[in-house]
Amino acid sequence: MEKPDTVEVSRRTLIGAAAFAGLLGAVVAAVPAVAEETGVTTGPVPDLDHLPRIKVDLVDPPFVHAHEQVATTGPSVVEFEITIEEKPMVIDEYGTVVHAMTFNGTVPGPLMVVHEGDYVELTLINPDTNMLQHNIDFHAATGALGGGGLTLINPGEQVKLRWKATRPGVFVYHCAPGGPMIPWHVVSGMNGAIMVLPRDGIKNGAGKLLNYDKIFYIGEQDFYIPRDEDGNFKSYESSGDAYGDMLEVMKTLTPTHEVFNGAVGALTGEKALKANVGETVLFVHSQANRDTRPHLIGGHGDYVWNTGKFRNAPQVDLETWHIPGGCAGAMIYTFLQPGIYAYVNHNLIEAVELGATAHVVVEGEWNDDLMTQVEPPTPIG
Amino acid sequence: MSTLNARHLPVALVGIALPSVLLALLLGTIAWQTGFLELPRFATTLVVASPLTTTIAPRLFAYRMAGDHQLEAGTIIDAPVAEVGHPQPLEIMTYQVTVGEYDRCVVDEACAPPQGRQVDAAYPVTGVSFDDATDYAGWLSAATDADWRLPSVEEWVFAAAERAVDPALGVLEESDNPADRWLATYALETSLGRSSDALQRTGSGGMNSLGVADLAGAVWEWTSTCNSRTTFDAVGRVVWNVQSCGVRLLEGRHRTPMSSFIRDARTGGCSTGQPPDALGFRLVREPSIAERVFAWGKGLAGSR
Repeated sequence: MEKPDTVEVSRRTLIGAAAFAGLLGAVVAAVPAVAEETGVTTGPVPDLDHLPRIKVDLVDPPFVHAHEQVATTGPSVVEFEITIEEKPMVIDEYGTVVHAMTFNGTVPGPLMVVHEGDYVELTLINPDTNMLQHNIDFHAATGALGGGGLTLINPGEQVKLRWKATRPGVFVYHCAPGGPMIPWHVVSGMNGAIMVLPRDGIKNGAGKLLNYDKIFYIGEQDFYIPRDEDGNFKSYESSGDAYGDMLEVMKTLTPTHEVFNGAVGALTGEKALKANVGETVLFVHSQANRDTRPHLIGGHGDYVWNTGKFRNAPQVDLETWHIPGGCAGAMIYTFLQPGIYAYVNHNLIEAVELGATAHVVVEGEWNDDLMTQVEPPTPIG
Repeated sequence: MSTLNARHLPVALVGIALPSVLLALLLGTIAWQTGFLELPRFATTLVVASPLTTTIAPRLFAYRMAGDHQLEAGTIIDAPVAEVGHPQPLEIMTYQVTVGEYDRCVVDEACAPPQGRQVDAAYPVTGVSFDDATDYAGWLSAATDADWRLPSVEEWVFAAAERAVDPALGVLEESDNPADRWLATYALETSLGRSSDALQRTGSGGMNSLGVADLAGAVWEWTSTCNSRTTFDAVGRVVWNVQSCGVRLLEGRHRTPMSSFIRDARTGGCSTGQPPDALGFRLVREPSIAERVFAWGKGLAGSR
């Protein structure tokens, strides 16, 4: 009679087991090899308790929280906290109001910065002063609809999500609660970007480190505001009241406003960006919904990652580059001349009539070799 | 021998009279058509009251000349300040033309409707171009049988007194860095701010010391002065002066050139700088010939 608890260990069994182990070993060995080609490392879940934790205080765009360009430590768990705020916002000089949905009260939401290999740990809070469900989809994250599937929260709830930053670059994040709510939330302002820096910093195509003196984050937003019979922009009591009319405007695919930092003129006048001749500036630009084509009037893109991913060698010496909707791009430029620059979406109708213009005020010495007025304007002949 | 006797007279008269009458009619028609002779015009079925005006007495005053100025080498400079005596009294509208007033011209189909939402009839009309302002002046002249026109920059500054803003940048002429003026212009326009102090009801801007209301507020006022570029030589003589009358100067918080057909300046004419907010206007009334003669006579009498 067989004892039920024992396995008959025969030579056949041992050979079979060995063969199986060998096969398994080959499979396991093959996995990292495949992973090396894509650059994404996988494996057993690390014990994160020994990793350092960094708590970041986010700042409002166009500025960016303090961060290292070249990481001086190993991978960390970087803690962020974002509070969702539904609020009315004035988006143009006529006082047009949109019931915006925001990450941390701004359109766009703040730029987050981590390094490749870090873990992003986000606490997302939806206060009960809000009316709607929200979540967050990180284009840089892997799985669960970018995190959207694990972060859907009602007013009065909060959630904590951790994801590994495996790909270096600038990436969009946005709210994506499902179905028709997705485009509506995104064009109500609920998007931002995250920058995942290579641990050893941004490099050009030849491997040379590119350091920047300043960084600006420009989030471009398309708004679709309904008009009344006289052609004036309408106002509503709540976002829900506006939804039906706004959807009709959205379906025309033609925005009524195309703005930087949430409003027409938000990065001009007193709020113009500032730099100096000789300074190297990193411009991070995101458009979560609609194609754009940034151009620095008077300058160039010395190094451009138009789709924003740093493992690709940058293009150089660009006048204008294309950032597809749903994408963030990065550009580095060292200013060579003083004066006023306009950083625009180079569909000039969108730049001038719809608001997609920022100004950069640059001080310093003029370089006559680069440009000079040989003769001033005089009557002809 | 031909004799003129009584029997011929009627025929002769007709022979002279008829062509004379026809000739007179022809000349009269030509005179009317060419505007040499104005027939009374009933331009409107509405009764148009003359707007309130303030008469500014002659005085010596200083104003910064209009237009762009440069040296022969190309250095752009602030315009020189002219000390002028304005020898005639200036009769200028106390208030900017209101929505209600402008609307009468629109109803009469002599003016295009203004652009953009107007708050109500008691607000200054905005969203009007230089061309619109000129149309209104022509209509108002006919309707009130007077001679209304836009003020020149010099007249506006004369009437604005302490409310006029000196458009000088104060950048050193010696600077050969062209960016200095661009940065200074940007800083100046930024400091003026946008009128988030929104458009106000007519009269809310208060009077200046001469009794003219609402100057240098949210409304930028058209003048008749063309944009120009003046070039000086090393000793300050004018080498050339180029007028550009497709562009006229606005006065208000800051003197600004603007294309004559622009109604809404919010997007400005350039890629940088702060554009003016709302475009409106007020008019000056030229005294009639009779009034001028009377004033001259009065002056003569007064000088005895």
